[in-house]
Amino acid sequence: MIETIFDKGKAGRNATSFPSDAATSGTGLGIPAELLRGDQDGLDIPDVPEVEIVRHYVELSRKNYGIDNGIYPLGSCTMKYNPKVHESIASMPGFCQVHPLQALQSAASSQGILRVLHEMASILASLTGMSAFTLQPAAGAHGEFTGLLAVKRAMMQKGLEKEKNKIIVPDTSHGTNPASAAACNFEVIEIESDEYGLVDVEALKKALAPGDVAGIMLTNPNTLGLFEERILEITGLVHEAGGLCYYDGANLNGLCGLCRPGDMGFDVVHVNLHKTFATPHGGGGPGAGPVGAKEGLEEFLPGPRISMEHGEYGIAMPEGDWPGSIKAFHGNIGVILRAYCYVKALGVEGLRKSTRCAVLNANYLKAQLKGTMRVPYEKRCYHEFVGSDEGFPNGVTTDDIAKRMLDLGVHSPTIYFPLVVHGALMIEPTETESRSRLDGLLSVMKRIRAEAENDPATVKKAPVTTPVKRLDQVRAARSPVLTVSALRDMDEKRG
Amino acid sequence: MNIPDSLKYTKTHEWARIEGDVLVMGITDHAQHELTDIVYVDDFPDIGSRVQKGRTVAVIESVKAVAEVFAVVSGELLAINAALEDSPELLNKEPYDAWIAKIKISNLEEIEDLLSPDAYKKELTA
Repeated sequence: MIETIFDKGKAGRNATSFPSDAATSGTGLGIPAELLRGDQDGLDIPDVPEVEIVRHYVELSRKNYGIDNGIYPLGSCTMKYNPKVHESIASMPGFCQVHPLQALQSAASSQGILRVLHEMASILASLTGMSAFTLQPAAGAHGEFTGLLAVKRAMMQKGLEKEKNKIIVPDTSHGTNPASAAACNFEVIEIESDEYGLVDVEALKKALAPGDVAGIMLTNPNTLGLFEERILEITGLVHEAGGLCYYDGANLNGLCGLCRPGDMGFDVVHVNLHKTFATPHGGGGPGAGPVGAKEGLEEFLPGPRISMEHGEYGIAMPEGDWPGSIKAFHGNIGVILRAYCYVKALGVEGLRKSTRCAVLNANYLKAQLKGTMRVPYEKRCYHEFVGSDEGFPNGVTTDDIAKRMLDLGVHSPTIYFPLVVHGALMIEPTETESRSRLDGLLSVMKRIRAEAENDPATVKKAPVTTPVKRLDQVRAARSPVLTVSALRDMDEKRG
Repeated sequence: MNIPDSLKYTKTHEWARIEGDVLVMGITDHAQHELTDIVYVDDFPDIGSRVQKGRTVAVIESVKAVAEVFAVVSGELLAINAALEDSPELLNKEPYDAWIAKIKISNLEEIEDLLSPDAYKKELTA
């Protein structure tokens, strides 16, 4: 039986006492009487002593697995370590107690955070080769949506929005790419990859030929971890056909500091600060997906933006045909601040080194997995690579391998994506991991391979050591039980 | 892998049965096997609407992936299999009985493009 924090409460056990004198309660604090609850006992919070609160949440955290526990090779997600000093800085009162409307009243009272936001926008612009950035979007897909709205505005400005209403994505693209394009009312054209796992330039030419393409969405390195070697030719062809090139920054960790999307011919980019720039993510966020654009497209980025005049930072609304705000104020500034700390701590040389280490780690794993797992696209990879369950004996599938990894104390990679690889296992170790951690992951993979050969039943019934054992995936999808009360109802029915 | 001789096939793993000017279609045994346990089938166009060959007539979600089902021919969408809404697992259990859509064929020549059982078998082993 699951015991919630409410079950653990009992009247009189509470560890906090609320002030009752007039000076510190309700009206004494200047809160108008009509806004007060009135009924002082109406607050439904559990009566639990501090020690039980701590035990409750520590217990919950022990059921979880995060980057602070061990290696987390979740491809395409860049689960790198988030330095704890960022947390201390983000909790400084000057940052965490500043109100976004304060700057409108008195910019002088929030110069610190405005400077961070202003500098971060220009750091991102110089790292990606763009001319301006909006920090508003809350995460990657939100950034894609924002960026594609800019593409749409650019087409509208030329009166071409009806004529050019299609977006090209490769069959290896992140699922969010076609989804964002559809959300912006573009039609999606998917083009197949070539035998090397890269954009098929001939297929691209064919897709561009009718002249109705507004743009292409690409990530580079792509989701197979491979660099699009013909990227200049690709972006050139799209430009020639009157389209724009959108860079999905999800894989920026493969080349950050070494080369720039802007130099590859991309016009609009988003950057996932929660991936490449070491801010916490998972569990729904918050993330941050700033969007940058080249000159001529800047005006289509949402505001407000941070201005700087005569040494003072202020807030400026864009001029012209901008599409409106995409989020309140300046986005998730706590995340942007942490990312700023990361860049400032590493510097450009540090960023380069971390990118090189991320690429080295991925290639080390890929090379060492030879004989254990097939990696269909053999070219040198960047920050990640994709293995396959092809050749695993006794019907052991990617699903089984991933679940067995949990038993053996490591997080599973991303599975069954991209679809061009049979039973894909997408592995991204990041620069965080040392060689001994990588070797630990390799020994797990080798053990699973041996078990698949000699003791497949063990692999197929995994996981058995986790707080939740192997789930009935069909029932979980069709009749999800998402609340404690629903779970109790189910238990009761079962008897 | 079960590939009945009486049906026609596509490279994208749909099967088709032609009944006069009506085409009944579903997904092949190979497709259901690759998708694994299917949990939802939805996103059908409206009954009576015109569907185009190669465009989506349904979206299948399995525990592993989301896949589109493409219209085998162009024409008017006559019916969708309502049983799949509550029992999508029929696609796993009886892929060749659990039809997905019925289309009134507008251009009979399009049938010529379909694969024979042998050609589909070759496609799978290629």
